[in-house]
Order: sequence, then C-alpha cells, then structure tokens
Amino acid sequence: MLCFLFADLAPGSFFDEITLNPQISPETVAALRSHYGLDQPTPVRYVRWVTSVFKGEWGYSFAYNRSVSSLLTVRAGNTLLLTGMATLLVWLIAVPLGIWIADHSDGWVDRLCMRTTSVLLSVPELVVALGLLYLVVRTHVLPAGGMVSLGFDQLGRWSKLSDSMMHLMVPVITLVLSSLPILLRHVRASMVEVLNTPFIHAARGHGVARARLLFYYALPAAANPLISLFGFSVGGLLSGSLLVEVVTGWPGLGPLLLEATMSRDLYVVVGAVMSSTLLMIVGNLLADVMLVAADPRVRMQ
Amino acid sequence: MWAAVIFLALLHAVIVFAGFIAPYDPVGQNRDLPFVPPTRLHFIDAQGFFHIRPFIYQSTARPQSLYEYEESGVRAYPIQLFVRGPEYKIAGLFSSRIHLFSVEGPAQIFLAGSDNYGRDQFSRILYGGRISLGAGLLATAISLALGLLLGTFSGFYGRWVDESVMRTAELFLVLPWLYLLLAVRAFLPLHISPIQTFCLLVVVIGSVGWARPARLVRGIVLTAKTRKYVVASRGFGASDQHILRRHVLPHTYGVLLTQAALLVPQYVIAEVTLSFLGLGLSEPLPSWGNLLANLQQYNVLVSYWWMFAPALVLVVFSLGYLAVADRILKQLQSITV
Repeated sequence: MLCFLFADLAPGSFFDEITLNPQISPETVAALRSHYGLDQPTPVRYVRWVTSVFKGEWGYSFAYNRSVSSLLTVRAGNTLLLTGMATLLVWLIAVPLGIWIADHSDGWVDRLCMRTTSVLLSVPELVVALGLLYLVVRTHVLPAGGMVSLGFDQLGRWSKLSDSMMHLMVPVITLVLSSLPILLRHVRASMVEVLNTPFIHAARGHGVARARLLFYYALPAAANPLISLFGFSVGGLLSGSLLVEVVTGWPGLGPLLLEATMSRDLYVVVGAVMSSTLLMIVGNLLADVMLVAADPRVRMQ
Repeated sequence: MWAAVIFLALLHAVIVFAGFIAPYDPVGQNRDLPFVPPTRLHFIDAQGFFHIRPFIYQSTARPQSLYEYEESGVRAYPIQLFVRGPEYKIAGLFSSRIHLFSVEGPAQIFLAGSDNYGRDQFSRILYGGRISLGAGLLATAISLALGLLLGTFSGFYGRWVDESVMRTAELFLVLPWLYLLLAVRAFLPLHISPIQTFCLLVVVIGSVGWARPARLVRGIVLTAKTRKYVVASRGFGASDQHILRRHVLPHTYGVLLTQAALLVPQYVIAEVTLSFLGLGLSEPLPSWGNLLANLQQYNVLVSYWWMFAPALVLVVFSLGYLAVADRILKQLQSITV
C-alpha cells in the first residue's frame, strides 16, 4: 500500500505548468529551469527526485529556496501537534460520554446528545471555525490566529507553554466539535449493541457491579469497530485540520500546501501531500496495532 | 418524511429561480455603499400608523464616518411586488425583467446587507447557490455513477476485478480528501475560464468520493446475486446484462438514494471549501465559498456580521439534506425488516 501511494502521488508530468513572472526575461527563465533541472525529460527529473527523497531532501522548493524536507518537518510537526491534541481530546470526551449515554439510552441526556450531534453534523468545519473565531475576537477570551503571541521569545518557560496552549485552543476546539458527533454516535451504537448481548445480561444477572460491567466486560467487546474507526478518522481529521489551519492561521501543512498550490511550487505540493499521507499511514498502523492488542480473534489470524 | 422533502424542494426552487427572486444583479456594484447592514423592514411609520405593506428607509452613509450608515427617515419606500429590474434568464432559457420584489430608486433594499463593493448579498447568495448546489449535485451524480458502475462490476464478477477495485476504494476512503482535492487541483492549470473551473471542480470532487457508494453497492450486489430467483434466471439462460438490470440493480436504488442525500451536502461543502481557499470559481461570480472568503479579512470578520449569512444558508441546506437522508434510511429499514 505504501509503495502504491508513493507511485500514485509522485511527480510525473506535472512540471510544465510552472508559471513565471512575465517581467523575467526568457533567458533567465531558461537558466533557472536548467539550474533546477526542469529542462530535463520527465524520467530524469523523476529519478532525481527519488534520489533526493532517499537523501532526505524531498526535492527543492522554488519559493522558499531551500530543501522541501526542512520546510516540511516544522510544518508537519505543528500539524501533528494540532491533530494529536484534537484526537486525544475528542476520544477522551467521546468514549466516556458515549458509554454513559449508551447505559442510559433514551434518557434525556441521550436524547439531548443525539439532537445536538445531529445539528452539529450538518455544520461544516469551515462555519464552526469562522463562528468560533468571531466569538473569540469579539470576547477576547483566547488569542485568535497564529501559533504564538508577539514577543514570544521574551517569555519564560511556563508562560511560553501556556501561550502555545492558548493559541492551540481555537483550532483544537473546532476540530473536536466537528469530529465529535460521528465518534459519539459510533461509540453509543456499538455500546448499545454489546449491552444487549446475552453475555452482558448474564453478567448483570450475576450481580456484576455496574462500572466493572461497563468497562471490563462491555467496552473491550465494543472496542473493535471503534479502533477501526480511529484509523478512518485520522484521514478526516487531517482534512479538517488543513482547513482549520488556514482559517485560524496555524502554521501547519495546510497553509503551506495551499501556498504551494497557488504558486505552483510543485515539489512542496508533492512533499506536503506525501507527509500528510505518511501521518495518515502511521495513524492506520497505530489502529492496526491496537486492534491486534485488543482483539484476540485478530491475533489468531 | 414529506415535510423535509417539500422544504428541501422549496429551497431548491428558490435557487433555481434566483433571477426572479433576487432583486438585483449579483455583480452590480454600488461603490458608494460598501458594507451596508441588512435593510430593516418597517411596518409602523413615523406617525405611528400601521402598514400592511412593509416599507424601508434609504440607507445613507453617516457623515464623517467610514462604512457607517443610518436610515434617512425622509421618505418611506414601500416594497413593491413584480417590478421591472435588471434582465435575467429564467432557468437559463427565457429572459425576463420581472423581479419578485424591489423598491423604487434611489433607495436599495439589501435583505442580507451589502459587501465591500456594495453588491447585494441576498442576490449573491441566491446566485451563488446555483453554482454551489449545481456543483454539489453534479459531483454527486458523477460519484454515484462511478460507484454504481465499479461496485456492480466488482460485486458481480468478483475475483481480480473485485480485488483491485476494492483495494483502490480502501485507498480512497482513508486518504485525507481535502489533501487529495488540493493535490489534484494543484496539478491542473490555475487560470482558466469560469466554466472550465466549474467543470473541473465538479469532476475533481465527484471522482474523489466514489469509494463509499461503490463498497455499499458491491455488498448489495454480492447478496443479491446469490438469491434463488437470480440463480433460477441464470438457469433459464438469462444473460448477465438481463440479470443485472432486472434482478440485481433494483436492490441498489435505496442505498443510492440515501447516499445521494448524504453526498450532496458533503460535496456542496467541498465546493465551498475549495472556493473559500481560492481554488474554485473566482470573483466576480458568486459562490457560497467565495462569499465566505470575505471573512478571511479580519475587519470583515469582526465588524460585519451579515457576511456570515452564506454560512447560515449552507447549514440550513445541509440540515435539510441530512433530515431527508435520515428519513429515507428509516423508511428503507422498515421495508427490509
């Protein structure tokens, strides 16, 4: 799968499109093109690009005038921080809440949650992000935009940390709000299903304590589809984070990719897409590992 | 069930007849009236008399101020129905000049305020809906057609066709779709005519999302082809084509319908996102995405709340579609159980 992805996303014949300023003379353009090796035929460029990937450079950015990997590592780290925080938070909310409303299904909290999630489901991330920004700007509760405040370097260690955390809040809340509904519904659905199985009824009949019943008996049985969902949700979160990053000015992969798309900085585009794919593959791998750890049936195969 | 469907149909009718309902030309500018807040409809005049026909006052710029307006109470402009205004085409066919409502000049009615060029937001939202919804609907059609085709082949013929199609589908499912869209968009020319951009958007969005419908269709085809009547039909020497058309494909219609109701809002949002990011249709043509893109400017975000109107419309549309999808799903379950 990895190989296929790389082959699919690798640059083929996309480099003819580089639009350059008409003020620059054709000779300069030609010189630049030969400098970057753009006058070479596609296979040559492809081979060069692959060797540069193996050298850890991932091609060369025309706009930033440095190797793509040096750009990407910083940006991908930021994206990872954002999506990681969001993922952690959303699971920390969704799993306990989902279990609780599954246990009290058809109670008023359950109905309230279902109503809220069905409304939240139809509010796109873009709108959530914009609305939240509006609120934040109006009330001045949290800093809006960017990753750190002005004068960040002068701050002490703790205020640095808290400053970054404050800046993380808006994008993370947006991501949590937009991915929570689906997750919550899945947790609830799979828990309700498990809670209706005979072995849970039997356990309940034997007088197993409620907390032990829910977390020790039911949750492991319901975990399987949830872990697979985790794998799928990583892709969604990455997409969401792209948009949220652009809107809230978080310097992650998203704004870089967008900028590169606009300025036709194609090695950067390829690099950004590949690193996002890498993040996603790592997420899926993690899900597979967890699945093996959680489900004895998978371990048997 | 029908309430949601009728509501949704009405919304679409409004968008289709955008030219008739919108009082102004979506690209007509009033450079001296940027960022006018939504015009207030009045029923009670200065003397305290009640009017059944609502009226407005002209919005005029407050002296010595930037982008601040007040109502000049000098003259009331009643809202008139079926008035002559700028020319437009009904559903792209017949040209007409009759608009549902408007007011007499020089007053202007901005139901949803005006933007930085003094263009009427309300008209722009309606016209923008044509592009955003049109893109969503067409992209859904493409996606479902691809999904149906590939899903049927893979379910019906199995073996290596099935293997290859399903592996590709899994790949498309897990990929972050926005990155995929951007990547595809990046490798295509940036500056092209609006119609080309529109087609490009539709094709790109539509071809990214075929995987889920394909998997669902495949599942249904797999179970349908083992039914006894299909086996019997095959025993009587029916061709593959006949079996597919008469016995297998009718099973998939329900799923396709639900998928359509789920995909349309998703794709509308995809179009909105791309246009918001500046990769979709460009100004002066309105689409919900590039209307929202105004909010990327800090001062617009902070000061002019009516620029959020397209977002509200977008949410109402997705709510409508999701309600319909929910209903269809329930209906299907009650049939099959």
